[in-house]
Amino acid sequence: MSDVNMQPTQPEGIIQMDGVHKWYGQFHVLKDINMNVQQGERIVLCGPSGSGKSTTIRCLNRLEEHQQGRILVDGTELTHDLKQIEAVRREVGMVFQHFNLFPHLTVLQNCTLSPMWVRKTPRREAEEMAMHYLERVRIPEQAHKFPGQLSGGQQQRVAIARALCMQPKIMLFDEPTSALDPEMVKEVLDTMIGLAEDGMTMLCVTHEMGFARTVANRVIFMDRGEIVEEAEPNKFFSNPENERTQLFLSQILH
Amino acid sequence: MQTHTFKPDMPPPKQAIGVLAWLRENLFSGLFNSLLTLFALYLLWLIVPPLINWAIINADWVGTTRADCTSEGACWVFIQQRFGQFMYGFYPSELRWRVDLTVILAIVGAAPLFIDAMPRKARYGIAFLVVYPLLAYWLLHGGFLGLDLVPTSQWGGLTLTLVIAAVGIAGALPLGIMLALGRRSDMPAIRVICVTFIEFWRGVPLITVLFMSSVMLPLFLPEGMNFDKLVRALIGVILFQSAYVAEVVRGGLQAIPKGQYEAAAAMGLGYWRMMGLVILPQALKMVIPGIVNTFIALFKDTSLVIIIGLFDLLNSIKQATTDPAWLGMATEGYVFAALVFWIFCFGMSRYSMHLERKLDTGHKR
Repeated sequence: MSDVNMQPTQPEGIIQMDGVHKWYGQFHVLKDINMNVQQGERIVLCGPSGSGKSTTIRCLNRLEEHQQGRILVDGTELTHDLKQIEAVRREVGMVFQHFNLFPHLTVLQNCTLSPMWVRKTPRREAEEMAMHYLERVRIPEQAHKFPGQLSGGQQQRVAIARALCMQPKIMLFDEPTSALDPEMVKEVLDTMIGLAEDGMTMLCVTHEMGFARTVANRVIFMDRGEIVEEAEPNKFFSNPENERTQLFLSQILH
Repeated sequence: MQTHTFKPDMPPPKQAIGVLAWLRENLFSGLFNSLLTLFALYLLWLIVPPLINWAIINADWVGTTRADCTSEGACWVFIQQRFGQFMYGFYPSELRWRVDLTVILAIVGAAPLFIDAMPRKARYGIAFLVVYPLLAYWLLHGGFLGLDLVPTSQWGGLTLTLVIAAVGIAGALPLGIMLALGRRSDMPAIRVICVTFIEFWRGVPLITVLFMSSVMLPLFLPEGMNFDKLVRALIGVILFQSAYVAEVVRGGLQAIPKGQYEAAAAMGLGYWRMMGLVILPQALKMVIPGIVNTFIALFKDTSLVIIIGLFDLLNSIKQATTDPAWLGMATEGYVFAALVFWIFCFGMSRYSMHLERKLDTGHKR
């Protein structure tokens, strides 16, 4: 920490967002987002739809571009430099609402694609690692099927395994259970809880408040592109400070 | 606590089966359908028996000259006698083995690509695509490494048709894919170039392209600089067809959900790997019917080279029918041409259907 320009108030985290703004045309989607995430922290982002929570985490691997402010991921700043962007993406895994598995590849091939082509892992080694993570999400027997032959919950678990195969330092979850049938939500959440127990740095956009309560170190509530409230889960659920947060919680916790 | 007992699965109820039931359901299900069926049968009765009479029963199959055709039907002796010319054009007869060898090598060389269990298939495929064209050029054209030169002006018949179609397809597919990617590029300069290129070549008829390449291009080129007429025609065909392929492929690219691009990008794949490993395999699979449609059109359009005086299959046949020794053989000649074109086009169509089935991984639900 010899850099004199570094702000002394916050310790340097694995993710740092300083004054991040973003616009879609005229629409101001992200307003002055500041976030500092330490290694091993589990953050849950919640808020009404259109509040900018997905956009926020999508900025972290540059699926969305921010127009103002600074984003540092694992010490690398996200700029227009493609090399930097690809370096960040190697270290950040992402799980999507609609799984986004590659339908033309088998489950195993989905998992080995990136390790083999981006990390240049030899095929055999990549396959062993893929099987290891498929076992971890408890579907090794599906390895040679195509994604279209699996249930939604199984597909999402494959998507988690696929992201883990790159051995990322950070995992981003963008509403991972929102597109699932109710019966399949639990199997995905259990996988995510297992991941959290192993100390993975996780940022989850989710409406699963039970998950937030058990797993999160911090809950961040967003509305209209701003971070409205940020607290550890016990305080967040039992004693929210902000009026907007109280309203939101009263609407989703029946 | 109660335990629910699920009912066992039962077979579906028996439908009426048998020939009569099938006929009633499909051909005579109502008054209108019955009339249509009878009308169709009447049409078949008008067309099919005379055709069979002409083409098979009353036809002459053996002989050597026009005089051997004595019956009323088709004179297939003509096709038999001129078969060599239809297949090879003016290719010197003592060197025709080189054409045969080129075709045999294509079949033998490509065969492993159709075996599913073949190891290192991609590597073999690339090697084949690099080595075979050179080998084919050496065999067909020659002029070096101990083979006599056969100038392209002597190429003709089905050989020439296949050369134009194969080179056209092999050139138009990669170029068309690149144009489609370029048209969807984030870089405005590349996008404008690709759009202009595609719209230009789609906007002119192939005949014009061939005519320009053969007649007008030499006027613009400096004195003494001239390249082969066939090469010019091939470049024209490739550029023209690539514009069509590009639009078909673009349709496929547009049908790929945004999530596929995002997932590939989030995994750290760069542009070319994303396209080559994730997007194009899905997009191309989706547009197989459209691509094959374009290739079938390309195959048939090869016969337009007649306009610049190349003797492809159709032109060879046309020329043979003007031979005074074989006057009046136009029908036989064109029926034969139609049959050959149909066999190749139908083959492509069936192969594309097979490919679609094979590549279907069941994600369409």
